[in-house]
Amino acid sequence: MITEINFLLFQAIIAVTLGSTAVYLAFFISQKEKIRTVARNILVLSGVLQTLYIITRYILTGHTPITSMHETVFFFVWAMTWAYLSFRWRYTVKNFGTFTSILISALVIVSAMVSRDINPLPPLLRSWWLPVHAGVTIIAYGFLALAFVGGIMYLVQEWELKSKRFGYFFSRLPSLQALDQLNNHCVTTGFIFLTLGIVTGTIWAKQALGTYWRWDPKETWTVITWFIYLIQFHQRLTVGWRGKRAAVMAIIGFCSVIFTLWGASYLLGGEHSYVR
Amino acid sequence: MSGEKIMLLGVNHKTTPVEVREKMAVTEGYEPALLRLKALKECRECYLLSTCNRVELLLVTEQPEELKKKILDFLFGAEVSREQSRDYLYTYYDEDAVHHLFMVAASLDSMIVGEAQILGQIKEAYRHAAGLGCTGALLNKLLHKAFSVAKRVRSETGIGSSAVSISYAAVQLAKKIFGSLDGKKVLLIGAGEMAELAAEHLVGQGAAEVMVANRTLSRAAALSKKLGGRAVSLHELQSQLEYVDIIISSTGATGLILYKDEVKAVMRQRRNRPLFMIDIAVPRDLDPKLIELENVFLYDIDDLTSVVEMNKTEREKEAVKAAGIVDEETLKFGHWREGMAIIPTIRAMRGKIEAICWEELERTCAKMPEMSVKERKRLEKMTSSIAAKVLHDPLQYLKNDDCERSNEKKVYNLRNIFKLEDGDDDAS
Repeated sequence: MITEINFLLFQAIIAVTLGSTAVYLAFFISQKEKIRTVARNILVLSGVLQTLYIITRYILTGHTPITSMHETVFFFVWAMTWAYLSFRWRYTVKNFGTFTSILISALVIVSAMVSRDINPLPPLLRSWWLPVHAGVTIIAYGFLALAFVGGIMYLVQEWELKSKRFGYFFSRLPSLQALDQLNNHCVTTGFIFLTLGIVTGTIWAKQALGTYWRWDPKETWTVITWFIYLIQFHQRLTVGWRGKRAAVMAIIGFCSVIFTLWGASYLLGGEHSYVR
Repeated sequence: MSGEKIMLLGVNHKTTPVEVREKMAVTEGYEPALLRLKALKECRECYLLSTCNRVELLLVTEQPEELKKKILDFLFGAEVSREQSRDYLYTYYDEDAVHHLFMVAASLDSMIVGEAQILGQIKEAYRHAAGLGCTGALLNKLLHKAFSVAKRVRSETGIGSSAVSISYAAVQLAKKIFGSLDGKKVLLIGAGEMAELAAEHLVGQGAAEVMVANRTLSRAAALSKKLGGRAVSLHELQSQLEYVDIIISSTGATGLILYKDEVKAVMRQRRNRPLFMIDIAVPRDLDPKLIELENVFLYDIDDLTSVVEMNKTEREKEAVKAAGIVDEETLKFGHWREGMAIIPTIRAMRGKIEAICWEELERTCAKMPEMSVKERKRLEKMTSSIAAKVLHDPLQYLKNDDCERSNEKKVYNLRNIFKLEDGDDDAS
């Protein structure tokens, strides 16, 4: 029974999420407020379904569903959706939803393409540290993904302004200031969560393996990622790095996040490899 | 419907040269003109709009031809010959008048299509007319409708959003960089007229302070006083760079006055806050290479002109959409007016009262199953005569030829009292 519900939920999420992206694109082209409201409501629905899916999967697997490739990517989708909705609640950034929902949809498709099998949890991961450490890290990824989307929007808009070509995107994209504020908010939040993720990871490692840090490939890459964001965070505070530079840093940082998430696991192996 | 007609008479910038417009009678303000109009016996309701681009009258009358003659005398007096005045004046009736009013209110008939001022001017004119009791039920409804049409056009089309002058273009660009202009500091280098206009717009959008640097300090002082800012000397330019956000340069200097390296040096102290520069001087004042600096956005006069051009084409597209809305609303207003006529009102009122009576009758009969056919017939008869008697007086009121109140007013009153649908869908 729960397996069927779980399956149906996932199918529904694919349909609803792609639907919201389609409606967002329609809004982007037409710029009609009503369409945006519809798109946002669909995205909220998708967020609710995602939460239900994670809960049913938790019941099915008996542990926090964050260990296989499918589960991790899906958790990422969930984090990004709710990070966006929480951000949207505080700030308005014109047409941000369109770009974000495209990335969310892309990740949903990725999570649909990989194996959805349920694998037994290795003894090492049987700990309540699993949801804390992995959950916090993935929430960080959600915010960093938003900063990435904002960074791309910034570069496009800045290019339009500097090249003086005021084309299709000029009127549809928000002001540089709004995008920079988005960058600041999301990088800061993401950075804090990422730091928490690393700290919880080291404590867990100490408890489970007796050592804080083992230079496992994923750990190494996480530190690299962390340093990229640290530089940006620090430079903004001290000399006021902003605008284009902040946008570029958010994009580089996110590439590093993606590599940590997939590349490090598949190419380099180690303790953090997905359970297969 | 009675013979009441809505008549719109007017002259505007398209039909009439300014030399004629300025001779027209409304120069002394709204009140005397409106009072003179009100005194005309053919005129039931009137409203008058006078702006620098147009003079328009909206009238409700049963004798349009007689009234028109008097209005011509009123408008042009002896200054302009009748022959000539007929060429300038346009006259619209009923639907066309409504359509024209909506077009004007939606700023589709303006010299600069989409400018926002006209709606405020119409509201102002209406306040005068309504205050003096010149407007009645029909014009009140019509003008409120015009306000809501204008609002609808503004919110559903982009007609008001795009800038069609250099200074609007500057504001538009500034907003794409800063988001909001609140608290931004502006520096004018050179005190030209165009720079002044642009600065005025920026201040109107929330810019906090304007500093004026000029070769002749007296001119700088005069302008900065006007803009509520302060004057600085040209030597202070370098030190001011650290504090300002927007620079508008328009000096008559023959060479560049601000170089890339000078600005580059100051960006670190500015903590990379964006710097928006407009160079409207020819030859240019600001180093074109400044655009290469991060967080510096430099535009010269040609760039701004191309923004204006882009906005113009955009606006034309939006104007077509807006005209569609005006057509639709004109039609709706026509329906409303038809509904306001006496016959449909009588029908609606009779329908409503009879429906209430019969509904109550049915309810009572349902509770008395033992009632005979004969008894029921008798009750039905009683119901009909109650309905007829209740209707008698209101119908008399409606049909009575009463010079005190216009038909529109009576219909309006009855529809309000009996809460009859008036075929109109918005609550304005």
